[in-house]
Amino acid sequence: MANLRDHMGRPIVAVTGIGVVTSLGVGKKDNWAALTSGKSGIHPITRFPVDQLNTRISGMVDFLPSSSKGASHLTYELAETAAQEAVSEAGLDSGDFGGPLFLASPPVELDWADRFSLYNSDKQDTGAERLLRVARGLKELDVFETTQFGSIADRLADRFGTRGLPITLSTACASGATAIQLGVEAIRRGECDKALSIGADGSATAEALIRFSLLSALSTHNDIPEKASKPFSRDRDGFVLAEGSGALVLESLEAALARGATILGVIRGCGEKADDFHRTRSKPDASPAIAAVRAALADAGMSEDEIEYVNAHGTSTPENDKMEHLSLSTVFGERIGSMPVSSNKSMIGHTLSAAGAVEAAFSLMTMRESVIPPTINYDNPDPAIVLDVVPNKKRNAEVGTVLSNSFGFGGQNTCLVMAREPV
Amino acid sequence: MSSHDVVITGIGLVSSLGEGPDAHWQKLTRPGLEPVLEAERFAPYTIHPLPEIDWNLQIAKRGDQRQMETWQRLGTYTAGLALDDAGIKGDDELCTTMDMVVAAGGGERDEAVDAAILAASESRNDRDVLLNEKLTTELRPTLFLAQLSNLLAGNISIVHKVTGSSRTFMGEEGAGVSAVETAAARIRSGQSTHVLVGGAFQTEHSDMLLGYELAGYLHRGPWKPVWQRQGAEGGGVVTGSGGAFLVLEQREHAQNRGRKIYAELGPVVSGRARRRRGELDAEIATLLKQAALPDGDLLTISAASGAHAATAAEKVVLDENPALAVRAFSTLTGHMKEAQFPFAVALAAMAVDRRAGYPVFDATVERQFEGAPNSVLATAIGYHQFEGLGLIRAA
Repeated sequence: MANLRDHMGRPIVAVTGIGVVTSLGVGKKDNWAALTSGKSGIHPITRFPVDQLNTRISGMVDFLPSSSKGASHLTYELAETAAQEAVSEAGLDSGDFGGPLFLASPPVELDWADRFSLYNSDKQDTGAERLLRVARGLKELDVFETTQFGSIADRLADRFGTRGLPITLSTACASGATAIQLGVEAIRRGECDKALSIGADGSATAEALIRFSLLSALSTHNDIPEKASKPFSRDRDGFVLAEGSGALVLESLEAALARGATILGVIRGCGEKADDFHRTRSKPDASPAIAAVRAALADAGMSEDEIEYVNAHGTSTPENDKMEHLSLSTVFGERIGSMPVSSNKSMIGHTLSAAGAVEAAFSLMTMRESVIPPTINYDNPDPAIVLDVVPNKKRNAEVGTVLSNSFGFGGQNTCLVMAREPV
Repeated sequence: MSSHDVVITGIGLVSSLGEGPDAHWQKLTRPGLEPVLEAERFAPYTIHPLPEIDWNLQIAKRGDQRQMETWQRLGTYTAGLALDDAGIKGDDELCTTMDMVVAAGGGERDEAVDAAILAASESRNDRDVLLNEKLTTELRPTLFLAQLSNLLAGNISIVHKVTGSSRTFMGEEGAGVSAVETAAARIRSGQSTHVLVGGAFQTEHSDMLLGYELAGYLHRGPWKPVWQRQGAEGGGVVTGSGGAFLVLEQREHAQNRGRKIYAELGPVVSGRARRRRGELDAEIATLLKQAALPDGDLLTISAASGAHAATAAEKVVLDENPALAVRAFSTLTGHMKEAQFPFAVALAAMAVDRRAGYPVFDATVERQFEGAPNSVLATAIGYHQFEGLGLIRAA
C-alpha cells in the first residue's frame, strides 16, 4: 500500500488523465509515435503570407477546425481537445468534472482580421474613434468574447462542468507548469480532491511572430524547417514559434485509488523562483533557475541524486540553453554529463503558454513507456554544453523520476518533479 | 485568531483621487466629494484620469521607466507604494522570499501604428501582406514587452526585487478575486509568509475602452453615480485609471517584525454564475452565505461597475440584506477592472483600521452608516463574468 501523504504530510497528487495536441498531431498516440521516431512537426507557414518575414517556419497546429479562426478560438479548441482526452482517460464525467480549472493561455487581443472587418464596415471618422463607434453597434458578443481574458476558461468551465471560478494565468513560457503547480497546491491544501490543469496556446499570429522576431528570439533557418530547432547545438539560432496544448487530470492519490483509477504518475514537487535581472534575459549566473530546480527538489523531498532524466526547457536560443546547462551542472554536478537531458522542443518547437503542460505530459509518458524521446538535429554539439542530450534517436530506458524545466520571459521560472510510481 | 491568520500590512493605492491610503481616506470621507472626470478626451465616454504621478518616486531608473508603458508603470508604482507601506521595500531578505500574485490584463498597443494600418486597409485587399509590411518596419520591439500581461509582475521583480515567486492571473475582476483568494490560501496553509497581490488598470487608451465597448458596456452621456445608470445611454460602465496592491502577511510573521496591521483578511469566496441562465442573483446570495457575515449592520464596499445587468443583480441581493450599508466606490474612481477587488479590500481594511465608515457616495441609493466597523465586506461582481467577495475584520 502506497503512502497517501508526502514527506510534509500533504496529500500526494497523482495524474490520472493526460491529453496532448501539438503540430505532430492530436492525442497521445500520434504524438508519442512521432516524438519517439524523431519526427519534427516544424513546417513552412501557410496560415498567412510570409512576405517581409525573416522567419517563415513554425510549429503551428494547422489541422483543427479552428486553425484559421483566430487565436482565441484555436486556443479554446486546443484546450478542449487535450482536456477531453485527459478527462476520458481518467474515466471521469466530461460534462461534470467537479473540480477546479487552471488554464495557462496566452494574453488575448482583438485579432487583426476582426480589426480590419470592424474598421472597414464603416466610413465615418478614422482610427480608434471609428472602431469604438462600430463596436458599440455590434449585436453579437462573439468578437467581444475573444478580447476578454477570462472567456476561454469560462467556456471550458461550462463545457467540462468544473467547479468555481476558473483561474486563467500567464507566467510566459512557464505558464503550463504553473497551471499544474496551482492544481497540485489546491489538492495539497485540501481545497479539492481533483483538478483540471491545462496549458494551451494557439496564438501564433503574424503579429506574434513579428514581435518575437523583433526581439531576435526566433530561428531564421527557414530552408529546412524540420532542422531549425536544435537545442544545445553550436549553431542554434533561436526558438521556433509553435502551438499546442497539454492537459492533466490531477487527483489526490487517495481519491484516485478509492475509485480504482489507473495512476499514470505522481507530481512529487513544484518549485519556482523569479528573476529580477532583465525583461528577456536570465541572470548570467543562472541563480534563479538553480533556485527553481532546488525548490522543486525540496518540495518533492528528494535529493538531486534521485532524478533520473531531465525534460529540458531547451528552447534552442543561444542564451536559454547555455543558462540551462549552467543551472543543471550547478545542481547536479559532474553527474550531469551522464544523465539523459532531452528537449521535446527540437521536434515540436516552443509552444509558449502550453509548453510546461505539453512537456509534463511527455515526461509522464517517458516514464510509463520506458522510452526517452531524443533531442533531434543534434549534429553539431556546442562544446561549451556537455550534456547527454539523447542525440537524434530515442533511447529505451527505465525512468522512474523526471525533472521538467520551464523558464519564462519576464523572469518566471517553474520546475516540476514527477515520478512514475507513488512511494 | 491564529498565528496563520492572514493580515494586511501594506496598502498601495492610485486613482483619480490621488495616491496612498491617507489621501484616499481623506477624500473619501469628505461628504459630497465630487469625482474627478475627463469628459472630452474620449467623448462620448467619460473617464476618471490618472492623477499627476512622479514615477521617479517608485521607479528610480529612467531605463526601467522607458521599458514600460503607463499600465506597467502604474502597476509597478502602486506595488512600490504597498511595499513601502509594509516596510518591505529595500529589505533584500523580505523581498527575495516574498511571493507575488498579480491580476493583469494587457498593456497598451501602439495606437499610431494601428491607425496607420487600418487607414491603409481601406485601399488594399492584401491586408495580410499590409500587416507584415507595417508591423515589421514600425513596431518597436520593447512595446511588445510593455503589452505582455506577465511583464507587470516581471517589472515588479526587476524594480522592487520581489522574487520569491511570480504569478499572473488574467480574467478581468475575477483575476483580482482569485489573486487575493489564492494568496490568502497560501498564507493560511503555511506555503507563504508574505505575498504581494494586486493589479492596475490604465483606461486612457482607446483599446482599453474597446475591450468594454465591443459589448456596448460603456456609459455615454452625462456622468451619473454607479447605481443610477440603468436606462441611461450606453451600458453603464465608466472606467478609471488606477491600481491597488496589498501586502498580505501571516499574522505571526507581521508581529515578529513589529509591523502595523491594518486588518485581518477573513474568508474570501468566489464563483462563476452562468449568467445567461439568470443565475447571478442566486450566486451572489450563495457567496454572501459562504462568507459567514457577522450579525448587525455591515459596511459593504462594493466594486459594482455600473454595467446594467450585473449591477442590477447585485442591487437586488444587497436590498434583500438590509443589514448591508453599501458604498460603491467606482462612483468616485471609475471601474479599474483587474484592480477592482484589491481596491475594495483596501478600502475595507482602511475603514476597519480607523474604526470609521465612509459617508454615502450616492445619497439617493446608499444609506447612512454610523458606528465603528469591526468588520467590512468587500464585493466584486464582474461587469461581464465572475464574482467574489471577502470579509475584512479588525486585526
